[in-house]
Amino acid sequence: MKFTEEHEWLRREDDVVIVGITEHATAQLGDIVFVELPDVGTVVAKDDEIVVIESVKAASDILAPIDGEVVEVNEALADNPALANEDATGAGWFFKIKPSDPAQMDAYMDDAAYKALIA
Amino acid sequence: MPDLMHTPLHDLHTALGARMVPFAGYEMPVQYPLGVMKEHTHTREKAGLFDVSHMGQVIVGGANFETAARALETLIPVDILGLAENRQRYGLFTDESGGITDDLMLANRGDHIFIVVNAARKAADIAHMQANLSGVTVTEVADRALLALQGPASEGVLGTFDAKAAQMRFMDVATLSLAGAECWVSRSGYTGEDGYEISVPADQAEMLARALLAHAEVEPIGLGARDSLRLEAGLCLYGHDMDTDTTPTEAALAWAIQKVRRTGGARAGGFPGAGVILKELEDGASRKRVGLLPEGRAPMREGVPLFASAQDGTPIGKITSGGFGPTVGSPVAMGYVTADHATKGTTVFGELRGKRLPLTVTPLPFIPANFKR
Repeated sequence: MKFTEEHEWLRREDDVVIVGITEHATAQLGDIVFVELPDVGTVVAKDDEIVVIESVKAASDILAPIDGEVVEVNEALADNPALANEDATGAGWFFKIKPSDPAQMDAYMDDAAYKALIA
Repeated sequence: MPDLMHTPLHDLHTALGARMVPFAGYEMPVQYPLGVMKEHTHTREKAGLFDVSHMGQVIVGGANFETAARALETLIPVDILGLAENRQRYGLFTDESGGITDDLMLANRGDHIFIVVNAARKAADIAHMQANLSGVTVTEVADRALLALQGPASEGVLGTFDAKAAQMRFMDVATLSLAGAECWVSRSGYTGEDGYEISVPADQAEMLARALLAHAEVEPIGLGARDSLRLEAGLCLYGHDMDTDTTPTEAALAWAIQKVRRTGGARAGGFPGAGVILKELEDGASRKRVGLLPEGRAPMREGVPLFASAQDGTPIGKITSGGFGPTVGSPVAMGYVTADHATKGTTVFGELRGKRLPLTVTPLPFIPANFKR
């Protein structure tokens, strides 16, 4: 698993990358009450704002961490946004992206580096 | 946090693991480890303890209650003289243009009137009263904290401290001895639930708060849940849902102005902005505060512009408070719309992130009030 400074996690699964936000991020945001996901098939560039999440406190954006095409979104999250709080790195995933340049993942932090960031 | 004032419960908040934020010049708990959503639900189901010591407590005294009441009626368009002893009433300070400069609670405590005003307005309110009232004294009660115990379990909990608490009805006030502290208690609050507001000597506040929290039904609740609770209850937040640019009729607070102060009443007018306010009470206002239920799941917050149409046109109003309503289970909001869009069931559109999303004009409160009448 890789991590961005925006507190997203990325996990490679075959030829797609699953993206979500970390437990640290969901703890900071508080209870998440709304998630707006991109349409499947959307072609995104790194740093595009593609997800809106609303917690009890405020709205925030999630950026595309890499270039590629959105191939699947977590519909369960739209119906039950609290999944992101309950299981941030599992059932609370946001979207799957088919990367156009898988090497973009390499620039991101590993587990140890991310833990040091949030320590 | 530098330059922020602390309430007498500051150390307790820290000990309870609260996340502290600046609010109206004070460092206040926005949430505890339970989190906003669970704190909200706990208050609706059991009981929540809130520190509202940042609010202003003021005593207006005179030769007797009548002197103080008559003086205050020159600044506040409600029936204060008719307020029975040990009863409380909601009120407003108005300005010459009919705008609202603050909202407040007024209690007849026998020989004086006890007032609770908003934290951000207390200095201005006190200066306003001192400058404009004659024959009375206006004294800030700076040596007392203010707690709120809210939720259906409140009566049972407070009744264990003083059985008289359970006999009080909604908007009664009484002096009770709670865990040895002389408290000025009202049966009221800001959540839509049954409950109490408790003025307690500052040096006994933490002792009383800890004694209340020792009850299994009672959890500490922060400002985050206080906001979602009052929003579901349809209650205004000063500076957001009303201010000097809104009149009582526009703010849907005409109910607070009793007949005796209206045109034809025995003590009609005689308060700032009476000309504008009395005329609007008769003729209606051109815009009105309404409840708004977003049809989708996206919360629409303060500042979102409202339109009559999904496509074009100029705004017909804006949202003044909005967020997720944990008890309603969906987003809730309130805001101002032109009078022709204020009828319940009307669909209006909020512009959010470039999209126009529908909301339905809905009667307030969003949840039925649970008062002990």
